[in-house]
Amino acid sequence: MRITVRINGEEHQADCWEGESLLFALREKLGFPGSKNACEQGECGSCSVLLDGTLVCACLVLAAQADGHDVTTVEGLAEDGDLHPVQQAFVDAGAVQCGFCTPGLVVATTDLLRRSPHPTDDEIREALSGNLCRCTGYAKIFDAVRAAAARA
Amino acid sequence: MDVLTPTTLDEALRLKAEHPDAVPIQGGTDVMVALNFDRERPAVVLNLNEVRELRGFSRENGSLRLGSALTFAEIEHGELRDIVPALAEASRTVGSPQIRNRGTVGGNLGMASPAGDAIPPLVVEGAEVECASVRGTRRVPLLEFVTGVKRNALEQDELITAVWVTPSGVPQTFMKVGPRNAMVIAVVSLAVSAGDQLRASIGSASPRPVLVVAPRDDAATFAERVAGAASPIDDVRGTERYRRHAIRVLAERALKRVLA
Repeated sequence: MRITVRINGEEHQADCWEGESLLFALREKLGFPGSKNACEQGECGSCSVLLDGTLVCACLVLAAQADGHDVTTVEGLAEDGDLHPVQQAFVDAGAVQCGFCTPGLVVATTDLLRRSPHPTDDEIREALSGNLCRCTGYAKIFDAVRAAAARA
Repeated sequence: MDVLTPTTLDEALRLKAEHPDAVPIQGGTDVMVALNFDRERPAVVLNLNEVRELRGFSRENGSLRLGSALTFAEIEHGELRDIVPALAEASRTVGSPQIRNRGTVGGNLGMASPAGDAIPPLVVEGAEVECASVRGTRRVPLLEFVTGVKRNALEQDELITAVWVTPSGVPQTFMKVGPRNAMVIAVVSLAVSAGDQLRASIGSASPRPVLVVAPRDDAATFAERVAGAASPIDDVRGTERYRRHAIRVLAERALKRVLA
């Protein structure tokens, strides 16, 4: 089946198998490999994207369900070649070790700061509870979120 | 595999009647796991995301109609927090923000897992499940709707369209045991309310939902009764013995909270 999805502001089309996830379509069909594929069951958050502005795991959305909808991936955060403030904060804080979880964490953090520009530590913990970092770099990730919030 | 995407409830019911084996998908938090891991290959998937009639909630004559597509995030953050507080507490414990943004109350009931977090608080509040088909609409008490582990009373041509609750307004709470505060399938869970009666319902400790009712005067023995009503099993998340113990402890704590 053919789906039409508005990704990071631009319309894209792809031919999909009916049972495939939005994550698979993004990575393998549409040329957006920023969202990472790990657990495929919504546990790890590394495929986090915004679907019509709502934070979701792309692995748990049927590609067909995204037909006609808006998706923002990590590739859509930077503007004019400049890192998004959340991305810059992750770089500055050293919140990236292997980097695999980073796209999902950056998207989840962006979503948090849009809803709550100056979150408490509890709010940060809650907002990022669906994103796993197996390098256990959580302390630096917290530093990055606090830094991004302080700069906004 | 075919994906059918109706845009109205009438169309959805007609498609379900034409394709009785079609697997409904709403938030996808369970169905997609089965697809991703090749555990299920349904011939037809019925995508309900575009059916507006299933969304949100409404009030009718003192009762609350929760659309089956109501998400846990909507229950957690909106005015429902004050109207169905135990359900809101349970919603906050579901998965992660990403999961709560997609997972729905209708999906939780349709999946009919013993660990379904929405089930104990809805049982305590006497919820009924609205099941619709081209033949009409009926309401089934939630206690009867779940017929076994991951089994429910839906006919093949029916969809869950809503859950009805008449909010009791009495003190109530939900508690859950798991290895961390997020992304946890309940080892055991419990909802308790204290109005004219004490009411409790347990999760992850019986194949079907259980409701325990006792007079308020029986508070001293209530926790023991609740633990006795459980029929837990040993599995990867916990043992039978631990579960029974944990339920009694939770029941004591929950009672203290709702009677305070």
